[in-house]
Amino acid sequence: MPAWTSKRTSERGPERRLGTPWLTIALHTGALIPLVVLAWRYWQGGLGPASVGAVIRRLGRYALGFLILSLAPTAIRTITGYGGLLRVRRALGLYAFFYAALHALAFAGLDYEFRLGLLFQAIGESRREIVGLLALIILVALAVTSIPSLMRRLGRYWQWLHRLVYAAGALVVLHYIWNYKALRTWPALAGAALALLLAARLMAWLRPRPRRD
Amino acid sequence: MKKINPSEITPKHVYLNRRQFVAGMAALVAASALGACARESEVEIPTTSATEVPPATPEPPNLTAQAEELAENLTPLESVAGYNNFYEFTLSKSQVARLAADFDTSPWTVEVGGLVREPQVFGLEELMAFEQEERIYRMRCVEAWSMVIPWNGFPLASLLEAVEPTSEARFVRFETLYDPQQMPGQASNVLDWPYVEGLRLDEAMHDLTILATGLYGEALPPQNGAPVRLVVPWKYGFKSIKSIVKIDLVAEMPISSWMAAAPNEYGFYANVNPDVPHPRWSQASERVIGGGRRETELFNGYQEEVAYLYAGMDLEENF
Repeated sequence: MPAWTSKRTSERGPERRLGTPWLTIALHTGALIPLVVLAWRYWQGGLGPASVGAVIRRLGRYALGFLILSLAPTAIRTITGYGGLLRVRRALGLYAFFYAALHALAFAGLDYEFRLGLLFQAIGESRREIVGLLALIILVALAVTSIPSLMRRLGRYWQWLHRLVYAAGALVVLHYIWNYKALRTWPALAGAALALLLAARLMAWLRPRPRRD
Repeated sequence: MKKINPSEITPKHVYLNRRQFVAGMAALVAASALGACARESEVEIPTTSATEVPPATPEPPNLTAQAEELAENLTPLESVAGYNNFYEFTLSKSQVARLAADFDTSPWTVEVGGLVREPQVFGLEELMAFEQEERIYRMRCVEAWSMVIPWNGFPLASLLEAVEPTSEARFVRFETLYDPQQMPGQASNVLDWPYVEGLRLDEAMHDLTILATGLYGEALPPQNGAPVRLVVPWKYGFKSIKSIVKIDLVAEMPISSWMAAAPNEYGFYANVNPDVPHPRWSQASERVIGGGRRETELFNGYQEEVAYLYAGMDLEENF
């Protein structure tokens, strides 16, 4: 069982009373179904002639999707005051990392067959791959520091560090946009969603804060 | 003889396709032999009398070893016809075939003019009257994937010789059909329609450069550029313009659609070159559709045949 399915995510905050185990079950089921379906379709040859590229692109989209979803609970609390979704934020973020790691692994293994010379050249010669790699490095750092003991030890640095998730998001959107010869609908929508979520976050920072206890 | 990697050994479905292909070719040869008899009386054989035209490559390059290797690694027909970049229909490579299924290509004419002595409008039958050949080429897309495709067609040089370019002609400009009714992608402004491509006259006259009218021994599927398209195997795929309606001989270098859309990313030459990365990705290797990863070769492996065209040129500057 992956670490982030532990009960810890629901232990903090007064919201834990609002949640039911069903939210957690729905989250993990919803998060893993795309992977199972993708693996099945790849196995069955249902992804078309360029199946390796299809796997990589889908894993990448899932990663970006979870990254955007992981920012939503905070924005929802800022705008509506409802904080009941905050307890799934960590799991959503870890799924973003999980799919990003699979995406990178498929790129290096399935596509580049772990031919390191070609792989490093492909990364070095491409701003698209460089921004993708930077985003991955950030996500690795965030995933590692989401371990509760590290979280406590890092104290206020933790919050500073985890604001980098917006930088990672911006890099991923660039990585997505640079995939295509022209600006396409989905990368543009992802960029817009990220911009809105960041705006909501900035609103919360700029707004004079009522003291919380 | 080139080294064949174990990963390049023909998978069974490719082999089966090849067998169908060979059978198809036999049928085609028989059909064209019959066709030749029937046509002889009605169609004028194009004459070749232009003196200013650079001669077609003196002797056909020795393609046998290369052709043999390529023939062993044909991309299955369902991939060739199911994975297409044809923005006139859609940006989605897997959806082009569906959206182009009803593309009506008859009647079709190709207007050849500009700086020529004998401008002509060729109907499809007249194009088919040029001696058709089979050419197995590797098609390397600028997006770093490749296929090996058995084309049917004829050297562009034959067509150009027929219209007699004048001495001022230095470039050839090609245009795709503009018909938003039939080509839904032309409603979007992702490119300036109609699609335009160009070649230097000596590139156009090169024996490797063909106008393709078929693949795998059958008429071109709509998604592959029916009824007639260019194939320039040492250049990135987007140079090989599809569904051509107009060919002009011109004095100035034409601005291709991709040059106009992204001048920093796409140049006029677009020669396959592993050492000149695309601004957004490496061109050092490519994914073989239905195969593994392959190191990209200079001029897509046709260096021996075409390098002289670019002697003394800075290929990084003239990308």
